[in-house]
Amino acid sequence: MSVQDISVKPSTDALFSGSSRTSRRNMGQFIRWALLFGGGILMIMPIVFMLSTSLKFPFEVYNLNLIPEEPTIENYTYVLEDGRFYHWFWNSLIIAILTTVSAVFFDALVGYALCKFKFPGRYIVFIAILSTLMIPTEMLVIPWYLMSKSFGWLDSYWGIMFPGMMTAFGTFLMKQFFETVPDDFLEAARIDGLNEFQIWWQVAMPLVRPALAALAIFVFLGNWTAFIWPLIVTNSADMYTLPVGLSSFGDEVDVAWELIMTGAAISTLPTLVVFLVFQRFIIRGVVMAGLKG
Amino acid sequence: MRFYQNLTISQKQIAWAWTFLALPVLFYVVIRFYPTANAFVLSFQEWNLLGARSFTGFDNYVRLYNDPVFWKVFRNTFLYLILGTPVSLVLSFIIAYHLDKVRFMHGTIRALYFIPFMTSAVAMAWVWRWFYQPVPIGVFNNFLATLGFGQIEFLSSTTNALPSVLAPAIWAGLGFQVIIFMAGLRAIPQSYYEAARIDGVSSWTVLSEITIPLLKPTVVFLVVFSSIGFLRIFDQVYNMTTNNPGGPLNSTKPLVLLIYDTAFNGFNMGYAAAQTVVLFTILLIVSLIQLRLLRDR
Repeated sequence: MSVQDISVKPSTDALFSGSSRTSRRNMGQFIRWALLFGGGILMIMPIVFMLSTSLKFPFEVYNLNLIPEEPTIENYTYVLEDGRFYHWFWNSLIIAILTTVSAVFFDALVGYALCKFKFPGRYIVFIAILSTLMIPTEMLVIPWYLMSKSFGWLDSYWGIMFPGMMTAFGTFLMKQFFETVPDDFLEAARIDGLNEFQIWWQVAMPLVRPALAALAIFVFLGNWTAFIWPLIVTNSADMYTLPVGLSSFGDEVDVAWELIMTGAAISTLPTLVVFLVFQRFIIRGVVMAGLKG
Repeated sequence: MRFYQNLTISQKQIAWAWTFLALPVLFYVVIRFYPTANAFVLSFQEWNLLGARSFTGFDNYVRLYNDPVFWKVFRNTFLYLILGTPVSLVLSFIIAYHLDKVRFMHGTIRALYFIPFMTSAVAMAWVWRWFYQPVPIGVFNNFLATLGFGQIEFLSSTTNALPSVLAPAIWAGLGFQVIIFMAGLRAIPQSYYEAARIDGVSSWTVLSEITIPLLKPTVVFLVVFSSIGFLRIFDQVYNMTTNNPGGPLNSTKPLVLLIYDTAFNGFNMGYAAAQTVVLFTILLIVSLIQLRLLRDR
C-alpha cells in the first residue's frame, strides 16, 4: 500500500458495522468522535493560550479568558521595536533557508550518485554516511566548538550553519526515492547528449520533487527550532537565532508573561502558517520520511 | 576533454561518481568522522581550553563512575525514557486507532493533533512554564483553584518537576506518532479483517490478534525513535527549570544538560567528552536493539 493513500479512508468500521447499524452503534461512534475532537482541542490549547495572551495588556494576563477583552498589538510593537526579535527572526530565517537549500541539494546529489552510478567504493561510502546517523549531535558539539574556535567561526552564520549543510537522513531518503526513477529515462538523456550533471538536475530531480519538498520541510523545521548548537556557538545577542534569543529574553523579562508569549508566538507562527497552508502535503511527507527513513 | 572521451563508459561513471561525491565525502570526514574521533580522544584527556591537553587514561571515566551527580543524571535520563516512551506510545496508539475509524472532520482532527509537532520546543517550553506557575499566574493552578482543589507545585518540587518537564515533550511528539501509527494501520491488508469478520471474532480479538501483531514494525520504529528523543531531552529542561537549569537540586537534569554544563560552564572538556561517550554508547545500544528486533520479524 502506498503512502499516497493516507487521504483515502478505508475504514474497518464499515466492515464490522455491516447491516447491524443500530442507534447504539451510532451513539458509540458519536462518543468516539466527540472524545477525539475534544482531545484535539486540548492539544492546541497551549498554542491558543499563547496567542491570546500575546494580545493582552499586562493587567489582563491572569484572566484565563481566551478572547482578550481589550485586544492589543502593543506587545508585538514593543517586542519588535526593541529590535532584537526582529534581528533574531531574520537570523533564523536566513540560516534555516540557506541550510535547507544546501542540505536538499547535497543530499539529493549524494543520494543520486549512490543510487545510479556503479563505482568501486560505493557500498563503503553509503555505509559510512549511514553510520553517521548513529552519532548524536550532542557528542559532536564539543569538537565542533573547538573547531569553530580555532577557525574563527564562533558567533557567525557559517558557524551556526556548517554542521547541518548535509544530512545522512536526507541522503538515505533521496537514495530511496531515486531507486524509483527508471534507468531508461537516464539512458535516453545520455543518448541525447546530456552530461551526468545535467541528467541529474534536469531529468532525475524533477521526478523526485515530492521527496525533495518533504525533505526541505524537515530540514527547515529542524533548523528553525534548533537550540543546543546555536546556543553554544553564538555569544553576542546579535547572532542569536529565535530559540536562543527567546530563551535569553525569557530569563531577562522574567514575569512579563505577555511579552514572553509574544516572543514565543513570533517563533511559532511561521511554521504554523506553513503547516496550515501545506497541511496535506506535510502530513504525507512525514509518513513518507518516517516509513522510508 | 580529449582524455575524457577516451574513457570507457564505466570509467566515465567512476569519474562522475567521485565528482558528485568529492565535496560531500570531505564534509562527512571533516564534520562528522573527525569530530567523533576527537570526542573519543578527548574523553581520555584533561583540558580546560586554556592550558595544555594532557592524557589521563581512564581518569575521566573513573571520576564519572564515582560522581553522585552523574548517577543522579543517569537515573533522570532513564526516567524520561521510561515514563515518556510508554505514555506517548499508548496515547498515540489509542488516538490513531480511533481516529482511523472516524470520517467526519477526519483531516481537521488529525491536524489538531499534529500542530504541536510543528512548534519550536523552546517557545513551547516557555508556554508550559507559564502554565505551571503558582496562582495567580499559572493556568493549571488557576484551574485547580477555580475547581476548589489544592495547589500543585509543578516545577519547584523535586518529585513533580521531572514529569512536568516531560509533559510538553510528550505533547509535541504525539501528533507525529499518531500519523505514523495511522499509516501503519492502513498498511494492514483488509483481507485479514474480512477473514476475521467471516469467522465472527470480536473486535477486541481483532485488535489483539491482528492489528497489534501486524503493527510490530511500526511499534519498533516508534519505540526507538521516541526513546532516542527522550534520552536526548534538553530544550525543555533548559528553558523550564528556573535559576539553575536542571533544578531543583538536579532533579530534572538529563545527560545532555550535564554535558552542556560540564563543557560550557565548567570548561572541563575532557570530562564532558567522556559523558558524551556514555550518551553515544546508550544510543548505540538502543539502535542495535532496534535492528535486532526488526530482523526477528
